Amino acid sequence: MLFFSFFKTLIDHEVTVELKNDIRIRGVLKSVDQFLNIKLDNIQVEEELKYPHLSAVKNVFIRGSVVRYVHLPASAVDIPLLEDATRREAANQAGKAK
Amino acid sequence: MENLTISDPPPPHHLQQQPHGGAPGTMPPALGRPPPPPQQLPAQMFTTAAQLLDLTDKKLMVALRDGRKLLGILRSWDQYANLVLQSTKERIFVPPGTAPNQPRGLYADIDRGVFLVRGENVLLLGEIDLDKDDDAPPGYDLAEAELVQTLAKQRKRQDKAREKKKVKKLAIEGFEGENLGEILL
Repeated sequence: MLFFSFFKTLIDHEVTVELKNDIRIRGVLKSVDQFLNIKLDNIQVEEELKYPHLSAVKNVFIRGSVVRYVHLPASAVDIPLLEDATRREAANQAGKAK
Repeated sequence: MENLTISDPPPPHHLQQQPHGGAPGTMPPALGRPPPPPQQLPAQMFTTAAQLLDLTDKKLMVALRDGRKLLGILRSWDQYANLVLQSTKERIFVPPGTAPNQPRGLYADIDRGVFLVRGENVLLLGEIDLDKDDDAPPGYDLAEAELVQTLAKQRKRQDKAREKKKVKKLAIEGFEGENLGEILL
């Protein structure tokens, strides 16, 4: 659940989601669930002329399984905290495996 | 509220949490259903259901895995995020340059009525800004449905041929295409 928790800390920040079909959508992260389905508000599509079906769309719900990357604002990521959380998660997993 | 899903596979770390073989007395997760998430979360706010609730009775654009775009009003959904759309129209787009001397893109709507979409087929759903709904997408003009359908078929054939060539070339170099056999647009 590490990344779920991580994405929850990014709510209300502006992110860019790149989908597996190469569409890049920028918007304010409004919500995320345990499958990393993502809801974005006030979206802006890069190269929007190529994707006419998104021209009148203002917010999107993206299925987690079609996401390739999420581009994050560097200022919103607390790297030492994330490293710490990662180590704790890894330790947890190791504890469970025994 | 229950955790609702669009039958997504669980994130990979879920799988690792399940000890292989399973300790005696533990229930294996039901086939095809993700194991329930750990209970420490105040879950309601971050469920698929909460995200879909906001979109109920709104006009949506639903992009499906097979490339179709449906426009309709979301009337109902369930824990798998199967969707019921009312007054659905399928919108077909043909990018510029498909036919000779076609500088602008074309689109057409086909009335489809009520749609029940199985959740797994959904790529993305977007709420339509009603202020912009009546305008044609920039660079696109409304055209005869039959013409657009014919051109769309032609375009699909062209794209498929091009994709096949690309995959072949990549295979020679030792790569595998990311979405082989499935064009995701």
